[in-house]
Amino acid sequence: MSVRVVLLSHSADVARGVADLAGQMAPSATVVPVGGTADGRLGTDADALEAAVTAGLDAGAEVAVLVDLGSAVLTARTVLADLPDQAPVALVDAPFVEGAVAAVVTASTGAALAEVVAQAELARDLRKG
Amino acid sequence: MGRVSAALTAAGVRDWLQRFATAVDEHAGELTDLDRPIGDSDHGVNLQRGTHAVLAALDAADPATPGAALVKAGSTLVSTVGGASGPLFGTLLRRTGKALGDADPVDAAALAAGLRAGLDAVTALGGAQVGEATLVDALAPAVEALEAGGSAQEAAGAAERGAASTDDLVARKGRASYLGERGIGHRDPGAVSIALLFAALAGSTAEDGS
Repeated sequence: MSVRVVLLSHSADVARGVADLAGQMAPSATVVPVGGTADGRLGTDADALEAAVTAGLDAGAEVAVLVDLGSAVLTARTVLADLPDQAPVALVDAPFVEGAVAAVVTASTGAALAEVVAQAELARDLRKG
Repeated sequence: MGRVSAALTAAGVRDWLQRFATAVDEHAGELTDLDRPIGDSDHGVNLQRGTHAVLAALDAADPATPGAALVKAGSTLVSTVGGASGPLFGTLLRRTGKALGDADPVDAAALAAGLRAGLDAVTALGGAQVGEATLVDALAPAVEALEAGGSAQEAAGAAERGAASTDDLVARKGRASYLGERGIGHRDPGAVSIALLFAALAGSTAEDGS
Protein backbone atom coordinates (compact mmCIF):
# COMPACT_ATOMS: atom_id res chain seq x y z
CA MET A 1 0.00 0.00 0.00
CA SER A 2 1.44 3.35 -1.01
CA VAL A 3 1.31 6.54 1.04
CA ARG A 4 -0.12 9.73 -0.35
CA VAL A 5 1.00 13.02 1.15
CA VAL A 6 -1.64 15.76 1.44
CA LEU A 7 -0.37 19.30 2.12
CA LEU A 8 -2.90 21.67 3.72
CA SER A 9 -1.91 25.34 3.72
CA HIS A 10 -3.67 28.66 4.20
CA SER A 11 -2.25 29.68 0.86
CA ALA A 12 -2.80 27.95 -2.49
CA ASP A 13 0.62 29.19 -3.59
CA VAL A 14 2.33 27.75 -0.52
CA ALA A 15 0.61 24.38 -0.88
CA ARG A 16 1.49 24.16 -4.56
CA GLY A 17 5.02 25.44 -4.04
CA VAL A 18 5.83 22.98 -1.29
CA ALA A 19 4.27 20.15 -3.29
CA ASP A 20 6.48 21.11 -6.25
CA LEU A 21 9.56 21.25 -4.06
CA ALA A 22 8.95 17.96 -2.31
CA GLY A 23 7.73 16.23 -5.45
CA GLN A 24 10.85 17.22 -7.34
CA MET A 25 12.90 15.14 -4.95
CA ALA A 26 10.71 12.08 -5.34
CA PRO A 27 8.84 12.10 -8.65
CA SER A 28 7.24 8.71 -8.01
CA ALA A 29 5.38 9.87 -4.88
CA THR A 30 1.87 11.30 -4.94
CA VAL A 31 1.68 14.75 -3.34
CA VAL A 32 -1.64 16.56 -3.18
CA PRO A 33 -1.64 20.31 -2.43
CA VAL A 34 -4.76 21.77 -0.75
CA GLY A 35 -4.42 25.52 -0.27
CA GLY A 36 -6.63 28.52 0.40
CA THR A 37 -10.40 28.67 0.61
CA ALA A 38 -12.90 27.62 -2.03
CA ASP A 39 -13.41 31.27 -3.04
CA GLY A 40 -9.72 31.98 -3.41
CA ARG A 41 -8.95 33.64 -0.07
CA LEU A 42 -6.25 32.79 2.44
CA GLY A 43 -7.57 30.11 4.78
CA THR A 44 -8.17 26.40 4.93
CA ASP A 45 -10.89 24.52 3.08
CA ALA A 46 -12.24 21.60 5.08
CA ASP A 47 -14.24 20.22 2.16
CA ALA A 48 -11.20 20.23 -0.14
CA LEU A 49 -9.12 18.48 2.51
CA GLU A 50 -11.79 15.85 3.01
CA ALA A 51 -11.99 15.31 -0.76
CA ALA A 52 -8.22 14.92 -1.05
CA VAL A 53 -8.02 12.46 1.84
CA THR A 54 -11.02 10.46 0.68
CA ALA A 55 -9.65 10.26 -2.86
CA GLY A 56 -6.43 8.80 -1.45
CA LEU A 57 -8.28 6.22 0.64
CA ASP A 58 -10.54 5.32 -2.27
CA ALA A 59 -7.43 4.70 -4.37
CA GLY A 60 -6.23 2.23 -1.74
CA ALA A 61 -3.50 4.48 -0.35
CA GLU A 62 -2.60 5.44 3.18
CA VAL A 63 -2.66 9.20 3.71
CA ALA A 64 -0.27 11.47 5.60
CA VAL A 65 -1.58 15.01 6.15
CA LEU A 66 0.78 17.92 6.80
CA VAL A 67 -0.56 21.33 7.80
CA ASP A 68 0.88 24.81 8.18
CA LEU A 69 -0.49 27.29 10.75
CA GLY A 70 -2.69 26.78 13.82
CA SER A 71 -6.15 26.88 12.34
CA ALA A 72 -5.09 24.37 9.68
CA VAL A 73 -4.45 22.00 12.59
CA LEU A 74 -8.01 22.54 13.83
CA THR A 75 -9.43 22.07 10.33
CA ALA A 76 -7.45 18.87 9.82
CA ARG A 77 -8.42 17.45 13.23
CA THR A 78 -12.06 18.21 12.53
CA VAL A 79 -12.01 16.55 9.11
CA LEU A 80 -10.04 13.52 10.29
CA ALA A 81 -12.39 13.03 13.25
CA ASP A 82 -15.22 12.44 10.77
CA LEU A 83 -13.41 9.62 8.95
CA PRO A 84 -14.06 5.96 9.83
CA ASP A 85 -12.09 4.92 12.93
CA GLN A 86 -9.81 2.51 11.11
CA ALA A 87 -9.01 4.76 8.14
CA PRO A 88 -5.23 4.75 7.57
CA VAL A 89 -4.77 8.52 7.86
CA ALA A 90 -2.30 10.42 10.05
CA LEU A 91 -1.95 14.08 10.92
CA VAL A 92 1.81 14.67 10.94
CA ASP A 93 3.30 16.79 13.72
CA ALA A 94 6.12 18.38 11.73
CA PRO A 95 7.21 21.68 10.20
CA PHE A 96 5.44 22.12 6.89
CA VAL A 97 8.25 22.36 4.34
CA GLU A 98 10.85 20.13 5.97
CA GLY A 99 8.24 17.61 7.02
CA ALA A 100 6.75 17.51 3.53
CA VAL A 101 10.12 16.78 1.94
CA ALA A 102 10.86 14.03 4.45
CA ALA A 103 7.39 12.53 4.08
CA VAL A 104 7.42 12.53 0.30
CA VAL A 105 10.92 11.11 -0.01
CA THR A 106 10.10 8.39 2.51
CA ALA A 107 6.81 7.62 0.79
CA SER A 108 8.63 7.24 -2.54
CA THR A 109 10.66 4.38 -1.06
CA GLY A 110 7.49 2.39 -0.55
CA ALA A 111 7.53 2.82 3.23
CA ALA A 112 4.29 2.38 5.17
CA LEU A 113 2.39 5.22 6.84
CA ALA A 114 3.99 4.83 10.27
CA GLU A 115 7.48 5.14 8.79
CA VAL A 116 6.50 8.15 6.66
CA VAL A 117 5.10 9.87 9.75
CA ALA A 118 8.15 9.02 11.84
CA GLN A 119 10.59 10.37 9.26
CA ALA A 120 8.57 13.55 8.76
CA GLU A 121 8.36 14.15 12.49
CA LEU A 122 12.15 13.88 12.80
CA ALA A 123 12.20 17.14 10.82
CA ARG A 124 10.98 18.90 13.97
CA ASP A 125 14.41 18.52 15.49
CA LEU A 126 16.47 19.75 12.56
CA ARG A 127 18.75 22.49 13.85
CA LYS A 128 19.57 25.40 11.58
CA GLY A 129 21.98 27.34 13.69
CA MET B 1 -35.04 35.76 36.65
CA GLY B 2 -35.35 32.52 36.28
CA ARG B 3 -37.94 31.00 34.29
CA VAL B 4 -36.13 28.40 32.27
CA SER B 5 -36.28 29.19 28.59
CA ALA B 6 -39.00 27.66 26.51
CA ALA B 7 -38.49 24.45 24.59
CA LEU B 8 -36.43 24.79 21.44
CA THR B 9 -37.70 23.62 18.05
CA ALA B 10 -35.96 23.44 14.66
CA ALA B 11 -37.59 26.77 13.82
CA GLY B 12 -36.29 28.06 17.13
CA VAL B 13 -32.74 27.08 16.16
CA ARG B 14 -33.21 28.89 12.84
CA ASP B 15 -34.41 32.00 14.72
CA TRP B 16 -31.49 31.74 17.16
CA LEU B 17 -28.91 31.55 14.38
CA GLN B 18 -30.67 34.29 12.41
CA ARG B 19 -30.27 36.55 15.44
CA PHE B 20 -26.66 35.46 15.79
CA ALA B 21 -26.00 36.29 12.13
CA THR B 22 -27.57 39.72 12.59
CA ALA B 23 -25.46 40.34 15.70
CA VAL B 24 -22.30 39.28 13.86
CA ASP B 25 -23.21 41.68 11.04
CA GLU B 26 -23.69 44.49 13.54
CA HIS B 27 -20.44 43.73 15.38
CA ALA B 28 -18.27 42.71 12.41
CA GLY B 29 -16.23 45.90 12.63
CA GLU B 30 -15.67 45.46 16.36
CA LEU B 31 -14.68 41.81 15.94
CA THR B 32 -12.25 42.77 13.19
CA ASP B 33 -10.73 45.48 15.39
CA LEU B 34 -10.28 42.98 18.22
CA ASP B 35 -8.58 40.61 15.79
CA ARG B 36 -6.26 43.29 14.40
CA PRO B 37 -3.48 43.26 17.05
CA ILE B 38 -2.49 39.75 16.02
CA GLY B 39 -2.24 40.71 12.36
CA ASP B 40 -5.13 38.61 11.14
CA SER B 41 -8.22 40.81 11.52
CA ASP B 42 -10.56 38.48 9.70
CA HIS B 43 -12.63 37.03 12.55
CA GLY B 44 -15.60 39.31 11.91
CA VAL B 45 -15.71 38.84 8.18
CA ASN B 46 -15.04 35.09 8.45
CA LEU B 47 -17.86 34.60 10.91
CA GLN B 48 -20.15 36.78 8.81
CA ARG B 49 -19.51 34.61 5.78
CA GLY B 50 -20.13 31.51 7.87
CA THR B 51 -23.35 32.64 9.51
CA HIS B 52 -24.87 33.72 6.22
CA ALA B 53 -23.94 30.36 4.72
CA VAL B 54 -25.59 28.70 7.73
CA LEU B 55 -28.88 30.51 7.13
CA ALA B 56 -28.82 29.56 3.46
CA ALA B 57 -28.06 25.94 4.32
CA LEU B 58 -30.89 25.77 6.88
CA ASP B 59 -33.30 27.25 4.35
CA ALA B 60 -32.22 24.73 1.71
CA ALA B 61 -32.17 21.64 3.94
CA ASP B 62 -35.03 22.58 6.28
CA PRO B 63 -33.96 20.16 9.06
CA ALA B 64 -36.85 18.65 11.02
CA THR B 65 -35.35 18.65 14.54
CA PRO B 66 -33.27 21.08 16.60
CA GLY B 67 -30.45 18.56 16.67
CA ALA B 68 -30.40 18.16 12.91
CA ALA B 69 -30.52 21.93 12.45
CA LEU B 70 -27.50 22.43 14.72
CA VAL B 71 -25.54 19.63 13.02
CA LYS B 72 -26.26 21.22 9.64
CA ALA B 73 -25.29 24.66 10.91
CA GLY B 74 -22.05 23.39 12.45
CA SER B 75 -21.01 21.46 9.37
CA THR B 76 -21.65 24.54 7.24
CA LEU B 77 -19.42 26.67 9.49
CA VAL B 78 -16.59 24.13 9.26
CA SER B 79 -16.84 24.21 5.47
CA THR B 80 -17.19 27.92 4.82
CA VAL B 81 -15.26 29.94 7.39
CA GLY B 82 -11.66 29.11 6.45
CA GLY B 83 -10.12 30.19 9.78
CA ALA B 84 -9.98 28.78 13.29
CA SER B 85 -13.49 29.96 14.11
CA GLY B 86 -14.87 27.51 11.50
CA PRO B 87 -13.75 24.30 13.20
CA LEU B 88 -14.32 25.74 16.69
CA PHE B 89 -17.81 27.22 16.27
CA GLY B 90 -18.69 24.43 13.84
CA THR B 91 -17.66 21.74 16.30
CA LEU B 92 -19.59 23.47 19.09
CA LEU B 93 -22.85 23.49 17.12
CA ARG B 94 -22.35 20.09 15.51
CA ARG B 95 -21.57 18.24 18.72
CA THR B 96 -24.37 20.02 20.52
CA GLY B 97 -26.72 18.95 17.76
CA LYS B 98 -25.51 15.36 17.84
CA ALA B 99 -25.98 15.24 21.61
CA LEU B 100 -29.57 16.44 21.24
CA GLY B 101 -30.33 13.46 19.01
CA ASP B 102 -33.90 13.27 17.71
CA ALA B 103 -35.47 15.17 20.61
CA ASP B 104 -38.10 17.62 19.39
CA PRO B 105 -38.62 20.01 20.99
CA VAL B 106 -35.58 20.25 23.25
CA ASP B 107 -36.08 21.41 26.83
CA ALA B 108 -33.67 23.61 28.76
CA ALA B 109 -31.97 20.75 30.60
CA ALA B 110 -31.33 18.84 27.37
CA LEU B 111 -29.99 21.98 25.70
CA ALA B 112 -27.62 22.52 28.62
CA ALA B 113 -26.42 18.92 28.36
CA GLY B 114 -26.03 19.26 24.60
CA LEU B 115 -24.00 22.45 24.93
CA ARG B 116 -21.81 20.72 27.54
CA ALA B 117 -21.03 18.05 24.93
CA GLY B 118 -20.24 20.86 22.50
CA LEU B 119 -17.97 22.60 25.00
CA ASP B 120 -16.13 19.35 25.73
CA ALA B 121 -15.60 18.77 22.00
CA VAL B 122 -14.26 22.31 21.55
CA THR B 123 -11.77 21.94 24.41
CA ALA B 124 -10.67 18.55 23.03
CA LEU B 125 -10.17 20.07 19.58
CA GLY B 126 -8.34 23.24 20.52
CA GLY B 127 -6.79 22.17 23.81
CA ALA B 128 -7.76 25.40 25.57
CA GLN B 129 -8.99 25.61 29.14
CA VAL B 130 -10.60 28.49 31.00
CA GLY B 131 -8.09 31.25 31.68
CA GLU B 132 -6.15 31.09 28.40
CA ALA B 133 -7.92 33.97 26.64
CA THR B 134 -9.96 32.01 24.12
CA LEU B 135 -13.64 31.54 23.35
CA VAL B 136 -13.70 28.88 26.09
CA ASP B 137 -13.57 31.71 28.65
CA ALA B 138 -17.03 32.82 27.49
CA LEU B 139 -18.43 29.42 26.55
CA ALA B 140 -17.68 27.52 29.77
CA PRO B 141 -19.45 29.94 32.16
CA ALA B 142 -22.44 30.19 29.83
CA VAL B 143 -22.83 26.41 29.74
CA GLU B 144 -22.39 26.24 33.51
CA ALA B 145 -25.13 28.85 33.98
CA LEU B 146 -27.55 26.77 31.91
CA GLU B 147 -26.56 23.59 33.75
CA ALA B 148 -27.33 25.34 37.04
CA GLY B 149 -30.86 25.98 35.79
CA GLY B 150 -30.26 29.57 34.76
CA SER B 151 -32.14 31.26 31.95
CA ALA B 152 -30.65 31.98 28.53
CA GLN B 153 -30.42 35.59 29.72
CA GLU B 154 -28.26 34.53 32.63
CA ALA B 155 -26.10 32.39 30.34
CA ALA B 156 -25.66 35.39 28.05
CA GLY B 157 -24.59 37.50 31.03
CA ALA B 158 -22.09 34.83 32.08
CA ALA B 159 -20.68 34.69 28.54
CA GLU B 160 -20.39 38.46 28.43
CA ARG B 161 -18.49 38.56 31.74
CA GLY B 162 -16.33 35.67 30.55
CA ALA B 163 -15.46 37.54 27.37
CA ALA B 164 -14.57 40.64 29.41
CA SER B 165 -12.34 38.51 31.64
CA THR B 166 -10.05 37.82 28.66
CA ASP B 167 -8.93 41.48 28.80
CA ASP B 168 -6.53 40.62 31.61
CA LEU B 169 -5.38 37.21 30.43
CA VAL B 170 -2.28 36.10 28.54
CA ALA B 171 -3.27 34.05 25.49
CA ARG B 172 -1.69 30.61 25.31
CA LYS B 173 -3.44 29.30 22.21
CA GLY B 174 -3.70 30.44 18.64
CA ARG B 175 -1.97 33.33 16.98
CA ALA B 176 -2.74 35.66 19.90
CA SER B 177 -0.28 33.59 21.97
CA TYR B 178 2.58 35.16 19.98
CA LEU B 179 1.76 38.44 21.72
CA GLY B 180 2.49 37.03 25.17
CA GLU B 181 2.25 39.69 27.87
CA ARG B 182 1.63 42.34 25.22
CA GLY B 183 -1.78 40.76 24.70
CA ILE B 184 -2.97 41.88 28.13
CA GLY B 185 -5.70 44.46 27.69
CA HIS B 186 -6.81 42.76 24.50
CA ARG B 187 -10.22 41.09 24.46
CA ASP B 188 -10.43 37.77 22.66
CA PRO B 189 -12.66 38.12 19.59
CA GLY B 190 -13.82 34.50 19.73
CA ALA B 191 -15.03 34.99 23.30
CA VAL B 192 -16.92 38.11 22.20
CA SER B 193 -18.56 36.10 19.42
CA ILE B 194 -19.61 33.41 21.88
CA ALA B 195 -21.24 36.14 24.00
CA LEU B 196 -23.14 37.23 20.88
CA LEU B 197 -24.24 33.62 20.31
CA PHE B 198 -25.73 33.36 23.80
CA ALA B 199 -27.26 36.84 23.62
CA ALA B 200 -28.96 35.65 20.41
CA LEU B 201 -30.25 32.57 22.23
CA ALA B 202 -31.63 34.79 24.99
CA GLY B 203 -33.29 37.07 22.45
CA SER B 204 -34.77 34.12 20.63
CA THR B 205 -36.19 32.37 23.69
CA ALA B 206 -37.42 35.60 25.30
CA GLU B 207 -39.96 36.32 22.62
CA ASP B 208 -41.78 33.07 22.23
CA GLY B 209 -43.83 33.84 25.25
CA SER B 210 -44.20 30.42 26.78
